[in-house]
Amino acid sequence: MKRLSGFYLLSLVALILPQIFPDNYYLTVVGVFATLHIILAVGLNLLMGYCGQISLGHAAFFGLGAYSSAILTTRYQLDPWLAMISGMVLVFIIANLIARPILKLKGHYLAMATLGFGIIVHIIFVQTEALSGGPDGLGDIPTLSIAGWAVDSDIRWYYVTTISALGTILLSLNLIASRSGRAIRAVHGSEFAAQMMGINSNKTKVMVFVFAAVLASFAGSLFAYQQNFVSPDSFSFFFSIELVTMVVLGGMASTYGAVFGAILLTFLPELLIVFEDYEMLVYGAILMLVMIFMPQGLFISLGHQLTQLKKNYWPNKKPAGDQQ
Amino acid sequence: MRSKIATLLSITSLCCSIMISSQVYAGDTIKIGSFLAVTGGASFLGDPELKTLQMYIDKLNKEGGVLGKKIELVHYDTGGNPKKAVNFIKRLVKKDRVDVIIGGSTSGTTLAVAPLVKKFKIPMISLAGSIKIVEPTQKWLFKVPHTDRMAAAKVFADMQKRGFTKVALISGSGGFDKSGRTQSLALASKYNIQIVADESYGNKDTDMTAQLTKIRASDAQAILNFGFGKAPAIVTKNIKQLGIKLPIYQSHGVASKKYIELSGDAANGVRLPAAAIVVANELADNDIQKKVTMAYKTQYEAKYDQVSSFGAHAYDALMITLKAIKQAKGVDKKALRTAIERTQNYVGAGGIFNMSADDHMGLKEDSFKLLEIVDGRWQIVN
Repeated sequence: MKRLSGFYLLSLVALILPQIFPDNYYLTVVGVFATLHIILAVGLNLLMGYCGQISLGHAAFFGLGAYSSAILTTRYQLDPWLAMISGMVLVFIIANLIARPILKLKGHYLAMATLGFGIIVHIIFVQTEALSGGPDGLGDIPTLSIAGWAVDSDIRWYYVTTISALGTILLSLNLIASRSGRAIRAVHGSEFAAQMMGINSNKTKVMVFVFAAVLASFAGSLFAYQQNFVSPDSFSFFFSIELVTMVVLGGMASTYGAVFGAILLTFLPELLIVFEDYEMLVYGAILMLVMIFMPQGLFISLGHQLTQLKKNYWPNKKPAGDQQ
Repeated sequence: MRSKIATLLSITSLCCSIMISSQVYAGDTIKIGSFLAVTGGASFLGDPELKTLQMYIDKLNKEGGVLGKKIELVHYDTGGNPKKAVNFIKRLVKKDRVDVIIGGSTSGTTLAVAPLVKKFKIPMISLAGSIKIVEPTQKWLFKVPHTDRMAAAKVFADMQKRGFTKVALISGSGGFDKSGRTQSLALASKYNIQIVADESYGNKDTDMTAQLTKIRASDAQAILNFGFGKAPAIVTKNIKQLGIKLPIYQSHGVASKKYIELSGDAANGVRLPAAAIVVANELADNDIQKKVTMAYKTQYEAKYDQVSSFGAHAYDALMITLKAIKQAKGVDKKALRTAIERTQNYVGAGGIFNMSADDHMGLKEDSFKLLEIVDGRWQIVN
């Protein structure tokens, strides 16, 4: 119970907010994106933060999910749910195929290989015009409906993506606290040591990679249904970088860190619009300052500072007994 | 663990404060919303478009506005990203409560927001080229730039006049190129033209001799290149280097001085369709578009750099909007939409606009001029 208290609090806040602000632009429009980004960032964090493997091509899986849903529903009139599952199966297969050779690489080489994969997938989206609609994109994608309840307004989408994101967070928290989670973290610490403990490090890495990819595909399908439109620009190399930034900025190897990073990087550009021509400048400066002064990531550094503050103000209070 | 809870609480309070702040209320102004690609790969479109909108709206407000009301431009930069465009449309409609929208710069951003425009029932004039925007016609969606089909038609008509029946097509990898290629392939047979080669290149490639060698081996009588940016200039130069003597046609995508500069001598003899604004100086004095194009060109160039047809599209969109506001005597969305649809005989920088219920662009093929580059200068071909 205590282990998940943060999660319960987060869920409570996420589900109460729309009751108070049912038609707020930031909540129901930007919030939907924030929650989609949370699914992606939490998945990527498992791979990068916990398992220590970098991926600069995560947007490709997001795109594959989105395009699978878009193509299967518009061109083959498949049910949106079936299309979503087909997308996840496709990504499962692709991720499995490429993970084995790619994850044998380390460091820069792994970064290059995933980067290359991302770019190849992007080129495929652009070039297969007959299927993907080419650079102009593919429209008229139907929306999801859950037992007759059509998800067709911003607030409904907020609930769907928020619950999906909360599910992802719960999954990630439980995974990391399990035996597999310890294996994943052991691989990050030292592959040799992990192998000595009887962990199949290759299998572990592939598992995490595939899991993150399938999560991204799921988010991609939601994205396609929510936007009713997909085009290659949404799944470019830059989006992969944005996802990596979310994980690193929020705080590596912390599920809440990824959540925080995703929320921050989604809202920041929206709020910086007031700076007009200088928004990109301010945006870049904020990212740089955070990385210089809080190299562990915002969430973790802020957490440390808050504990420090608490100690200074209430020095006699007994420390919480649930240190992990 | 406590620290985590504390951090979560701080996130929550941050979110709350964001929500409570910044609620904009509509005053006694007319609000025009726009979402353009001012930064990023398509900034050569969005930058002159935004400058044009700002310049003319400032000017108009100094002169007292429209119907006694000031005009306010609410602008967001999409960077050419359709995801952002979707958010910005929602922001423009729900938060800023604009009366009409001008944008986006690219076909991708326009098509991405098309379903929302329909849902929100707000008139929008797009500045993007793709024919998919107005075909089939969507009730609330208009556009002002010429389509790629019109460019292909103009080129093929000239080829037919010169007696060419076999043409080699070479195009790039961007949205504009792809759409142009599709339209060219579809239209060719109408003009008794056979596409004997269909080559493509990446827009960032630096050498197209491989594709052109294939074209040289075909029995083509002319080469048509659909593309924009640096690539068409490289194609032009490579054709010269390979000693291919075939006449070259380019699309309206290269109708800027930059293309001539980049391709140098090789550009001479190249023919292309272009909007009148490109050759405003060369237009005959009795040309119906002479006055409007010269006026726009002088004003824009007095303040910024060289004029482009992209800025001219923004000019046309703004003028059509203003005319419609005057005609509708206000900004009631339904009346405004009808007024835009009834735009008749508006002489703009891009051509003469006659819109109707099933033509939401309103330009005819003759709004393109066919140009030939002679000694590094544009010349109108009659």
